[in-house]
Amino acid sequence: MGDVKCAFIVQKPQYKGETSRLAMTHALAYQTVEILLEDGDTVTPSLCFVGEGVLGITKGQKAMDIYGITSSESHLKNCLLVDLDVYVCKEDLDKFGISVDQLPDAEEMGAEKTINVVPFSEIAKKMDEAKHVLFF
Amino acid sequence: MGAITMGVYPGLVGSASYDFAIKFAGAAAKKGHKVSMWFSGNATGSVKAHQKHLKDYSTGEKYLTELLAAGVEVCTCEACTVARGVQKTESIEKIQWNAMHWYLARIHSADRVLLIGGE
Repeated sequence: MGDVKCAFIVQKPQYKGETSRLAMTHALAYQTVEILLEDGDTVTPSLCFVGEGVLGITKGQKAMDIYGITSSESHLKNCLLVDLDVYVCKEDLDKFGISVDQLPDAEEMGAEKTINVVPFSEIAKKMDEAKHVLFF
Repeated sequence: MGAITMGVYPGLVGSASYDFAIKFAGAAAKKGHKVSMWFSGNATGSVKAHQKHLKDYSTGEKYLTELLAAGVEVCTCEACTVARGVQKTESIEKIQWNAMHWYLARIHSADRVLLIGGE
């Protein structure tokens, strides 16, 4: 069957509910899915933040210090570290007054990928390209 | 007939979303589709055995047992489940326990994927 592309669309804010975080942890699992697949089969997720989903992904979070839980910032960094493609909707960042330089990167961890801030049309393209679209 | 993979995230009690997922899976299995259900988030609390079905509350065990008997595959996220204090030894029989890559693997082989979002 080869590669199956999936678009993980996060439309709920982090910390408001659990599913917005689960989108990241589920997308991360693409790294180990091959142990359950036939040789040559892969799953390639695109992780996209739109609407209120762009809230709670900025850098400088203290969730671990204050609540003892992994922050969404940390999950995002792990996504970048394992070369997952992460897209954030520019129009929605603008709507909430969040600047691009407020978003984290994982350069200090050695990640080569960075968050892609893109117009919604690019995210729509990712949904078109995907076999399955999952809304979180 | 096709392969349907369902991601189920809502809690057992609190909305009818969980009940819908169960009904949908049952209807799809009855039509002859191969149905795989992945429980994550609050849905994982529903895999605990010995649920008492009070009529004011949704219930999982009775319907899950029926789905399993009908050949529906049900797997719970181990991390989500133990985080809620439910151990494997307390689980409804024949429910599988695995990690999130199980869901991605079933997505890989699915004709259709339905994600029932949670809280």
